[in-house]
Amino acid sequence: MDPSRIYTHQLDNGFVFVAEHMEAVSSASFTFLLPAGAKHDPADGLGSAAVLLDWLFRGAGNLDSRQLDSLLDGLGLHRESSVAAEYTVLGGALLGDNLHQALDAYADIIRRPHLPAEQFDLSRQLVLQQLASQDDDPRSKLMVELRKRHFPEPLGRNPLGVPDQLSSLRSSTVADLHQESYLPDRAILAVAGSFDWPKLREKVSSLFAGWSGQPSPEPDLGAAGPKTDHIDQQTAQTQIGIAYDSVPPTHPGYYQACLAVAVLSGGMSGRLFTEVREKRGLCYHVAARHRVLKGRGTVLCYAGTAAERAQQTLEVTLAELKRLPEGITQAELGRAKIGLKASLIMQGESTTARSASAAADYYHLARVRSLDEISDAIDAVRVADLLDHLQQFPPTDFTILSLGSKKLEVPC
Amino acid sequence: MLKFHQAKLDNGLQVVAESSDTARSVAFGFFIRTGGRDELTPEIGLSHFLEHMMFKGTDRRSAHDVNREFDEMGAKYNAFTSNENTVYYGNVLPEFLPRLADLLADMMRPSLRQEDFDMEKKVILEEMAMYEDLPQHDLADKALKTHFGEHALGNPVIGTKQSITELTSVQMHDYFSRRYAAGNMLAVAAGALDFGQFVDLISERCSQWDKLAARRELMPAKPSLGTQTFQKTTLTRQHLLLLSPAPSAQAPDRFAAAILANTVGDETGSRYFWALVEPALADVACCAYQPLDGAGMFMSYFCCDPDQAEKVVKIARAELTRLVQDGITSDELTRSANKTASALTLSSEVPMGRFVSLGMNWQYLQQYRSLAADLDSIRAVTADQVNRLARELTINRTTTVALGPLEKVV
Repeated sequence: MDPSRIYTHQLDNGFVFVAEHMEAVSSASFTFLLPAGAKHDPADGLGSAAVLLDWLFRGAGNLDSRQLDSLLDGLGLHRESSVAAEYTVLGGALLGDNLHQALDAYADIIRRPHLPAEQFDLSRQLVLQQLASQDDDPRSKLMVELRKRHFPEPLGRNPLGVPDQLSSLRSSTVADLHQESYLPDRAILAVAGSFDWPKLREKVSSLFAGWSGQPSPEPDLGAAGPKTDHIDQQTAQTQIGIAYDSVPPTHPGYYQACLAVAVLSGGMSGRLFTEVREKRGLCYHVAARHRVLKGRGTVLCYAGTAAERAQQTLEVTLAELKRLPEGITQAELGRAKIGLKASLIMQGESTTARSASAAADYYHLARVRSLDEISDAIDAVRVADLLDHLQQFPPTDFTILSLGSKKLEVPC
Repeated sequence: MLKFHQAKLDNGLQVVAESSDTARSVAFGFFIRTGGRDELTPEIGLSHFLEHMMFKGTDRRSAHDVNREFDEMGAKYNAFTSNENTVYYGNVLPEFLPRLADLLADMMRPSLRQEDFDMEKKVILEEMAMYEDLPQHDLADKALKTHFGEHALGNPVIGTKQSITELTSVQMHDYFSRRYAAGNMLAVAAGALDFGQFVDLISERCSQWDKLAARRELMPAKPSLGTQTFQKTTLTRQHLLLLSPAPSAQAPDRFAAAILANTVGDETGSRYFWALVEPALADVACCAYQPLDGAGMFMSYFCCDPDQAEKVVKIARAELTRLVQDGITSDELTRSANKTASALTLSSEVPMGRFVSLGMNWQYLQQYRSLAADLDSIRAVTADQVNRLARELTINRTTTVALGPLEKVV
């Protein structure tokens, strides 16, 4: 890919706008990252960002809730919005011809939502319900609870909050969060797909130039833990989650870290799938993924299995993690590399994947990497580099959580 | 520039492809016209079990060789089984297409070794337990049984604990030879490819496959429209499914049906959204159109507090009745058509999206449909057509199935 197709523009108020032009597509995708993640929720108002996200769409600018909805649907916009640990994501994908109209609407949603008082309770009730629904999805619940235990407060918070606080949440708390965090400094917009750059730059500049304000400082970090825990719940499968620290995208060993996880779990020939599922038939789903928060990399592993096989599944999985630094073959590294590179090239065919990835790149690195840059960095990694990295950052100091009918013994 | 191609080998294997000048990858795979509805009574779950076993190796490859070779190509690969289709696929960079074709074609003639069969049975039972923990899946299986009764469409694709435990590898060999004949299979590719070379690859590897054709007995489905509640006190939420008959995958009305489902229950801006989600009566309320071979259904799913369940069902049915009686507005038609067209355009921008569309259209219609043709069909749907469909199908007469803490939902 030609790096000149990536554009970056920053407004005087700090708002950053990145765009990647893609040939041969008629769609465009856009992703706003706003500094209103679960970590920005007030300590006594957990879930505020999630309630705000629903409340935002209940009218903005000159449009009431129905008119706004009708406009966005009329544009054929496929919407994506969520609250993550560090930011709120707002965006969607649609035909490139309709992009400017969608951005007009989103400027209103972000900057001029009505936040109607009489509808606050509905937004709050919906988040309470989503939280209750998490109970009926054991894998999601396990991963939410694993993050809570592995990351220091407030990085591991459940973005949906906690029931008690949501029940007493006040509309003024949530409206304040909007005032204090939906601000240009630290906000990012990424666009990928079919667009005309000069026109798009002018459009975005005009929509967001008058925006001003500094969000509150980032919150301090507190404690994490416990390192091992169990949640008692009647389920058909025992859910097992394991987390350990790795390195973030800003670290020189980042690509080594991603490749190490690909050796573990990049495909069906990965070590976890081979040892846990193929050789022993212990489970259907077992996987490890590298995940990043600002300045922090983490590996999250998951396995689900019958209660009577859960202990063995935990032991086999941990043994595979621990033996990773002992040796990796050239063939394993080769497979890990081609797997990551193929994913990248295929990502280059999807506007949705590219806008999300460009926004995340800017968030973590303050620039957007070209696909060529990433590909070259992956190519450069040798087995010796990977092993050096694993000596420095071995899978260790695990946070282990199980959910099911029987507590597991964590092996030494 | 997209171009359609087709060929047929002497043994009946059909080959279809859509080549693209601009794609950076290619998706290739086999569609087999077989699934849950083609199983004999003691074989429930066999199609899906066999799908797992197809990855377990051939005369030339061990199970690990299969996984390793996919990964050596950096392939994004998998398989899925439904009531009517079993599909194996890989998405690779163009230079790997010959190798992918060799691997997938070889896999289509598997060893089905006894020791692999025994090991994989454990994995299938784990997969079943995983779905048991996911109320949406559990409910869908229960609802299909209630809706279709003894018809094969009512069987769970994954099987039951009893059927899987009792299945033998002899039954699997028998099913395989009945269903995986060349005449019942289709090779599909979409993306960056040269069709001449592609046909040569397929021909070289698949020409010796036996010629037998396989038949599907299309027994007419007679949906029950019954009501049933399954109590599961370990659940927190009440999960509800409403099923009603819909046009088949072959019916000209299928585009109108897609627009009808979107108007009723898209995630945003739909009737269900305004009647149930916006007022916080349910956190999920959606409707999907599921076209099938000679049959079809609309499936509405709701997730709510148990104490709201009766109200949610009542409102959902009232919305369906209102639609039958009053029809949709021209504004609703425009919005649903735009959303449907936009979603189709987005999914078609990647080779995997075109691969699935190409294969499914060939399986059900023996027809190539370009993205442009599908977009035209969506835009040609009229409000009258949607309204006639809603009336004729009386979409407000539903099979209603509930799963959750409540003992009974009326």
